[in-house]
Amino acid sequence: MARQQRHGEKLTCSGWQLGALVALRMLIGWHFLYEGLAKLLNPYWSSSGYLLEAKGFLSGFFTSIVANPTALRVVDWLNIYGLIAIGLGLIVGCLTRPAAIAGAVLLLLYYLCNPPFVGFKYSAPTEGSYLIVNKNLIELCALVVLALFPTGRILGLDRLLFGPPRIVDPQHA
Amino acid sequence: MPEKNVRKGEPQEQQPQAGRGIGRREVLKGLASVPVLGLFVYGLLKKRSLDESRRAQILSELGLGEAPAVLPKTTGKKAGELIRLGIIGFGGRGEDLIRAAGFAHPDWVEQKRRDAERNKLDKWLEDWLKQEDLNLALTAVCDVFDVRAERGLAASKNEVRPGGAGAPLAGAKRYRHYQELLASKDVDAVIIATPDHWHAQMAIDAAQAGKHVYLEKCMTRTEEEVYRLHEAVTRSGIVFQLGHQNRQQATHAKAREIVQKGILGPITLVETTTNRNSPGGAWVYDIHKDGSPQTIDWEQFQGPAPHKVPFSLERFFRWRCWFDYGTGLSGDLLSHEYDAVNQILDLGIPHSAVASGGIYFYKDGRDVPDVFHVVFEYPERNLTLIYSATLASNRNRGKVFMGHDAAMEVGGVLTVTADYESTRFKKKIEEGIIDPSLPLFTYHPGAKGIDAVTSASEQYFASRGLLYTYREGKRVDVSHLHIKEWLDCIRNGGQPSCNIERGFEEAITCHMATKSYLEGRKVFWDPVKRRIV
Repeated sequence: MARQQRHGEKLTCSGWQLGALVALRMLIGWHFLYEGLAKLLNPYWSSSGYLLEAKGFLSGFFTSIVANPTALRVVDWLNIYGLIAIGLGLIVGCLTRPAAIAGAVLLLLYYLCNPPFVGFKYSAPTEGSYLIVNKNLIELCALVVLALFPTGRILGLDRLLFGPPRIVDPQHA
Repeated sequence: MPEKNVRKGEPQEQQPQAGRGIGRREVLKGLASVPVLGLFVYGLLKKRSLDESRRAQILSELGLGEAPAVLPKTTGKKAGELIRLGIIGFGGRGEDLIRAAGFAHPDWVEQKRRDAERNKLDKWLEDWLKQEDLNLALTAVCDVFDVRAERGLAASKNEVRPGGAGAPLAGAKRYRHYQELLASKDVDAVIIATPDHWHAQMAIDAAQAGKHVYLEKCMTRTEEEVYRLHEAVTRSGIVFQLGHQNRQQATHAKAREIVQKGILGPITLVETTTNRNSPGGAWVYDIHKDGSPQTIDWEQFQGPAPHKVPFSLERFFRWRCWFDYGTGLSGDLLSHEYDAVNQILDLGIPHSAVASGGIYFYKDGRDVPDVFHVVFEYPERNLTLIYSATLASNRNRGKVFMGHDAAMEVGGVLTVTADYESTRFKKKIEEGIIDPSLPLFTYHPGAKGIDAVTSASEQYFASRGLLYTYREGKRVDVSHLHIKEWLDCIRNGGQPSCNIERGFEEAITCHMATKSYLEGRKVFWDPVKRRIV
């Protein structure tokens, strides 16, 4: 049974539970890392297409980024290196909680930029059918789970950086 | 909350050995997930090398470089000595051209400033102000409608222009008759943007007066005028540019390169179209409230028109609807499509033409068809060129070159798709290197070069022009480039890309279509007598 106590939080779970959380962490990390690298390695990639499709109450904000070449460059840069850094952090379990939170924020922006709300139509082809809930929202939620159950100090570099979680006796949990 | 997840079970965590550094077991736990990173890097490298080799094989198979299209030459030097420009015909197109040359009416500037305030993506004014200063002075304006002539004068004096305060601003003089403008010593070169029925006579007179000519399409209204204009321009030695700004379009230059490399294989069919579905697109232009016999020189407007009729606001403002002044779809839009294909394939004049169509939607008194199709045959090239147009549907149809090995669609973006029955690509298709269900490659002028094998969604955005239009916030007006090429030739010698020979081919081809439609028969080009028969 792995247990964790941090800032008053207490976590105890079985090896299987821990394994499942670490696997989820690494899979999402893998996804983020490749999304970032694929953009980095594609000289034609820009967030402008996605931003121009923006719908909903933040659409004015997103399209105004495209209108400003400097802002667009900054957003492209942040996107690429943000995805890479978050992906690496999640895979190796380094700064796991900040990485999970940053990833959730990024996904929230993606979700709000092109929300699958009733009545919104997008010209980009999608690979599935969505009603309000899409894969961004689900991955976002999974990252929230990982932020609440950070596993980096059990299996991950955080263990070497910050030490393992202190043991908590379940009798006193 | 975490408390809810507390499960009973055996504790696995051990108390770290206090104060004795990090043990081997600790390091293993700390680095437990690092091997996954190794797996990731392995997968990434493998995918990269596969993609790269596929891309390299495709590009070497095609013999295409990454370099952007070779565009018509420009000197790249500072714009040389001042050229004094006159404009004959300051209507819609005339105003566009003069703006492309660097002079905008203050109302346009104000309108675009407001548009940009409302919509941050609207960069018209910003892009226009960044345009190169061509070292021109607009010295002469001629229009038979007072309102338009006044607009021209106002544009010539507008200090808001590319090049800013340093750019020349002479202020133009108004000429009531184009002959007076051509006789002026203050004019080196003229842009002629009148209705088609005036094109030939004005350009001939300009050539004889030694003025360089930029002439709007269609080059002439009739076949006979083509021969006279060709002779006058050839004899005079002036620099002549026909207004097919598509000559500056980078995708067209790339398309030419692709055809010359034989990537498409034998091309047997080219399909070009125009579809429009608005009154403006069907030449039902606004009638200006100040238009009247007092403000319009009706006699001069009619000039060489075959039928003289009493003053008509409709005919003046919507002249494209009558054969007296233009040739409808043939001279207005087929001419652009034909010139683009001629630019890419060097087709020249067709062997024969058959046209059909009718007035099927705009039954407003016009005599030119609003649905129009032409089939041109080029037996020596083993090729047919089809043009098809309607003014009552916006259904998008591309400009498509159909070859045995691949098909190419040319627009703002160029796409080449291999044919699954191709002989040339047979092996590569069997090996799975070329996928005929996806574009072989696409070319976006806004991007760095050829983007071989893109994903479906990238493909989609590119075809909508969404990826590159605002990437650097820089758009260049093709009409500006076309005028610049003309001016470069005036200053430095040489022939512009749409010179009198290309104009001759354009005008004869359009007139073959018109003649076939009007006479209801197949017409032929006699290359010996150089006449349509």
